Parts: sequence; C-alpha cells; structure tokens
Amino acid sequence: MIAYWAIFSARLRMLLQYRAAALAGLSTQLFWGLIRVMAFEAFYRSSTVIAPMPVEQVVDYIWLGQAFLMLLPVRLDSEIRTLVRSGNVAYELVRPLDLYNFWYMRTIASCLAPTTLRSIPLLALALWVFDMRLPPSAAAAAAFALTMVSALLLAAALSNLLNITLMWTVAGEGTAGIMQVATFLFCGMIVPLPLFPDWLQPLLTYSPFAGLMDLPFRLYTGHISSDQVGSVLARQLGWTLALVAFGRLLLARGTRVLVTQGG
Amino acid sequence: MLDDLRLYGHYVSVSFRSQMQYRASFIMLTLGHFLMTGLEFLGVWVLFERFDRLGDWRLEEVCLFYGLINMAFALTDATSRGFDMFANMVKAGDFDRLLLRPRSTAIQLAGQEFTLRRIGRFSQGLIVFVYGAQTLGIVWSAAKLSLVLLTILGGASLFYGLIVLQATLAFWTTESLEIMNTVTYGGVQTAQYPLDIYRTWFRRVFTYIIPLACISYYPALALLEKSDPLGSSIVFQWLSPCIGLIFLALCMQAWKLGVRHYRSTGS
Repeated sequence: MIAYWAIFSARLRMLLQYRAAALAGLSTQLFWGLIRVMAFEAFYRSSTVIAPMPVEQVVDYIWLGQAFLMLLPVRLDSEIRTLVRSGNVAYELVRPLDLYNFWYMRTIASCLAPTTLRSIPLLALALWVFDMRLPPSAAAAAAFALTMVSALLLAAALSNLLNITLMWTVAGEGTAGIMQVATFLFCGMIVPLPLFPDWLQPLLTYSPFAGLMDLPFRLYTGHISSDQVGSVLARQLGWTLALVAFGRLLLARGTRVLVTQGG
Repeated sequence: MLDDLRLYGHYVSVSFRSQMQYRASFIMLTLGHFLMTGLEFLGVWVLFERFDRLGDWRLEEVCLFYGLINMAFALTDATSRGFDMFANMVKAGDFDRLLLRPRSTAIQLAGQEFTLRRIGRFSQGLIVFVYGAQTLGIVWSAAKLSLVLLTILGGASLFYGLIVLQATLAFWTTESLEIMNTVTYGGVQTAQYPLDIYRTWFRRVFTYIIPLACISYYPALALLEKSDPLGSSIVFQWLSPCIGLIFLALCMQAWKLGVRHYRSTGS
C-alpha cells in the first residue's frame, strides 16, 4: 500500500510544477465558458418552450464543466506510450507490484493534479465575477463533493483502459480519438444531458459517461435532489468496478500477447 | 513572387508525399478529426431540436455561419503548422538556420507542413454549409459564389494573422504562449452563432479588435439577404471579408518587426 501511495504522490508533485500552462488554460476555459453561457442564455431568451432545466442551472452546469474539464479521460499517458513503444514496458512487468494497480494509481494522480489546479481558481472566478451560484443546500454541496470523488475513480478507470489498449495499438491516437468523441458528447460537456431529446434520456443517464460530469453537476444545481445521492453513487461505482474488472482482464491478455519492442 | 510560389508548391508536394507514407494512419486521423469537429454541430443541432429557434434565427441559417467559419479555420489550421510550432524553434535556436537561407522566413515557415488531415474539419463545414444553403433555397449567382470564396479566404487570413501574431510574441517571450488559442479556437466557437446574440462589449471586441464578425456574420447576412438587426449597410456586408486580408497584412508587418528584433538563444 505504501508503494502505491508513493507512486501517487510523486506523480502529483511532478504535475503540480506546470503553473504557467495552467494559467493559459484557465483563461481559455473562462473565455469558452463565457461564450457558452451567452449562447445558452440566447436560446432560453428567445424560446417559449419549457426546457427540462432552468437557465440558472444550465449556467452553473456550464461553469462546472469548464472547471472539471481536465478530469475527462481523453488523454493517453504519454510516458506509458513511450514505455510500450521503446519496449521498456518490460521493466514494468518485472516490478513486484500489481501492474493494474500501479497504472491505476498513476492515472488517478494525473487526473487529480491538473483538475485541482484548474478548477479552484476557475470556480472562484465564476462564482465571484460571473453568474454562477453556490449549491442550493448543504446537502447538495455534500452530495456533489462525494460524487466528484467517485467521478475521479471512474475517470481514472476509463483512462487506464485507454492506456491498456496501447499494448495492442502502440500509437493509440485512434482509440483515444473515439474515446474523446464519446466522452465529450455523453458526459454533458457539449450540451447538458437533460437538454438532449427526451427519448435519449434513459440511455444517457445510465451510460458510464454520465457519472463523470452530468450526475454530480445535477446534484450541485439541485436538478437531481440530494436524497438521490445513493443511486448516483451506485451507478458511478458500479461502472468503476465493471471497468476495472474489464481493464484487468484486458491487461492480463495484453501482457500475454505483448511483444517487447527493441533489442 | 512567382519564385516563392513555386517554392511553396514544392514544399506542399513534399509534405503530401510524406503524409501519404502512412496511409492507414492518415485515414484514421482524418476520420477522427471529422467526427471530433462534427461533435460541435451535433451540439448545435440538439439545442435547436430542444428550443426550435435562436432569436430570429433558424437552424438552417446558423448552418451557414457554422459552415463558413469551419471551412476558413480548417484552411488556416492546415497551412499554419510552422508558425504554430514556432516558439519551439526559437527556444532551440533553430530559427538561425531559416535566416541563413536566401528566402523569406514567412514562406519557409508556411511551407513547414501542409496538414492534410484538416480535410476532416473542412468537409464537415462544407457539408453543413451546403445543407443549410439547400434547405434555405438560396439562389446562387456568380456574385454570391465569389462572396462565399472571398469570405472563406478572408476568414482563413484572419485566423492566419492571429497565429502569426502568436508566433511573433515568441520573439520576445521565447515561451509558447497558448493564450492565442482563446481567440482562434474561441473565435470559431463564437462565430458559429450569429453575432447579435452576444452581449455588446463582446460584440465590439469581435468587430473592432479582432474583426471576426467581418468574415462570418456580415457576409452571411448578405448571402441570406436578411436585414441586420444591428443595422449594417448592404455595401459593408459585401465588402467586409476584405478586412480579414487587411488584418493578415498588418500581422505580417508585426512579424517583420519581430524578425528584426530576433536574438538567437543557442550557443
């Protein structure tokens, strides 16, 4: 356990070094959030249709999406890619650690560090300068915090799956691309999920991607009442367990077929 | 001038051949790019499905804005890789090599790579544009077709200018400042909706400081023959894409200033 903790904290400290990049990213995200908020407000202003989510909640939802963008499992771990490419992945197999847990801890850290760096200043600004609101109740805030933790576990499980596919594809841009498309669309980053056509709703809320952003964000805004937190957690953790099991299976097969590159 | 064009053509053909070496990877990447950029349109479609209209605008009209800006940006994105990566070149001191060659630095950088897979975004924009124009029943004349071409060219010039500006900053900072992504990618985001939905200060920034409105909103109004809720004249709507070309010319002047200021980092 100590070993896994060390992997986690070393990775975290390394990633916290990139402050300038975080600052540039922050301003981009603020700008994007602003455009989105204005576009959605315009849609609401001109329409007489009763939307399934009030505009104030949509604004909160958009800012949360900008703040937690870095959590999304859309990037490959470039170090793992280099390991597979160069053949040094063989060293990983020699270590007296469980490879899945090793990579999983790494991935949690690489999801957590940039997310923290980005989300705290962005949320502070959105709450202070732009029209974002605090959660309606302490219960909603607690439910949000709790489900964001399991969103992190879920995101890392998905991300790790992406890393494991590298054992087959070596380059990995293709799978990462498909993952990106699915994630952005089905987690609510492009359009909040409740605004999608009604017939799609059952499919959307039970997909693994909803647990990354949509469900926690709806708990924050009060669109899902905070006594539903148990059901949300069950969905998130259920998917996490399933994805971890699948990842382990894939990794076990992967290590069997793995061809070590290089001489 | 002609000589420069020939050189550029040569650069492009080299770039084509090198990218065609990995054909399967090229096809995958292009397809991925097509899907990824197409997502944005799916987002727009979902919103119209839910709300039916955006102010006075229908989905088909927004398709024109969306298509024009995406085609323009795809052109820039395909041809500006050299400028985009320029900060790394300054950092490594590699720019010295370019200065030694008896050709302009701008043409050498522009010729670094012609990123073919950007065809993904371009074709996606074209499909949306044609769909919008078909559904609206726009009657095409030679004048309107040339306005479309001028708008795409003007838009591409505007984005190119922004990327050249970003590269120019590297002469002073040596760091790559990704702050320009805000106005390039953010600009594409902004201009895919009609300008009149935004707040006044925001509209002013994208009309007077970065003239994005001149290469999407105004010419699209001329195509639609729709009167402007913001009250611009018809002559202005037809001529406005030229401002994109002027913007690029100004940015190239800034670039020349930067080149004169350049001091090598390497030893």
